Amino acid sequence: MDEVRLIEVKEEILADNVKVAAEVRERLRKTKTMLLNLMSSPGSGKTSLILQTIAKLKDNLRLGVIEADIESKVDAEKVAAQGISAVQLRTGGFCHLDATMVTQGIEALPVKDLDIIIIENVGNLVCPAEFDTGAHKNVMILSVPEGDDKPLKYPLMFSICDVLLVNKIDYLSLSNFDMSALRKRVLALNPGITIIEVSCVTGSGIEDWTNWLKREVDIFKQSK
Amino acid sequence: MHELPVTESILKIVIKHAEKNNVRQVVAINLQIGKLSDLEDEWIQRYFDYLSKGTLAEGARLKIERMPIMMQCSNCSTSYETEASNLGELVCPACGGKNIALVSGREYYIKDMEVQ
Ligand SMILES: Nc1nc2c(ncn2[C@@H]2O[C@H](COP(=O)(O)OP(=O)(O)OP(=O)(O)O)[C@@H](O)[C@H]2O)c(=O)[nH]1
Ligand SMILES: [Mg+2]
Ligand SMILES: [Zn+2]
Repeated sequence: MDEVRLIEVKEEILADNVKVAAEVRERLRKTKTMLLNLMSSPGSGKTSLILQTIAKLKDNLRLGVIEADIESKVDAEKVAAQGISAVQLRTGGFCHLDATMVTQGIEALPVKDLDIIIIENVGNLVCPAEFDTGAHKNVMILSVPEGDDKPLKYPLMFSICDVLLVNKIDYLSLSNFDMSALRKRVLALNPGITIIEVSCVTGSGIEDWTNWLKREVDIFKQSK
Repeated sequence: MHELPVTESILKIVIKHAEKNNVRQVVAINLQIGKLSDLEDEWIQRYFDYLSKGTLAEGARLKIERMPIMMQCSNCSTSYETEASNLGELVCPACGGKNIALVSGREYYIKDMEVQ
């Protein structure tokens, strides 16, 4: 038997994805297209929020959508029905999108003519938090029925997002969801995060969200 | 939950280094993975055993060192270790401040490998 020797490797396992993500960000900077990664558990309201956002902003901003629904095409069809450029990625059974998959989505969109592209990531609070998609902003949705303890169970997701949308606030009166406990937990993980309470059914808070988005797109377009 | 793509990356990097160093056989791979990463050691090994069949790394053991979650207070700069389950309810043990940032605990790193 040969003797066992040690070889230094010293490499980041996810370095390839980090590199592709940086390329995506740079490429979209050139066309002044802001990329926004929307994440949540299954059913928290990602598609509903995208539809609300389109309804409010489609006269002011040119939007595109990248959909990562696991099997069906339902989500992309709903979006396309609003006259918005949408592309459906085939993610198979994947638990998250990586920057290479997002690149394929971008290539299928008329990027030069878009102010913002929203990615509907795979419904999952774990894996999407670990894979940089190349987005300029990360946004997550937590819906009231999921409970106020989620920051304790999925700390990474809460710590990487720029905005937390607390959706389905129309359910608040029916539940023991403690909004101030939630805010405290989230801010402890991520002091810089913006928290906005919304309901995609009543429309409550949606304007606060779209105002945030418009402002961020303006800032993005002015930055070099 | 995403052990598969992570394992694919590990294998790719390991094979690259094995070929560069004229290795006959990779015996073990030493990884550093942050405690915040939700990877199951057992599953990474199983995927690895499957993916590495017929390669220089077939049969290699993955030795995983779990890296601690380190936080730093933005107020007084004190660093300290914590567990994932405490992250939502942190106060700085030195000054009681609540502005605390994550310093490490998200690593996905290949340190070195044992080869023949
Ligand atoms: N009551 C209430 N229901 C909502 C709200 N937002 C979304 N829903 C409902 O929640 C369900 C799931 O919403 P979707 O928008 O499809 O959620 P999603 O996150 O896109 O789901 P997946 O893509 O399957 O992960 C639908 O039945 C929506 O009508 C809300 O604010 N209040
Ligand atoms: Mg959806
Ligand atoms: Zn302190």
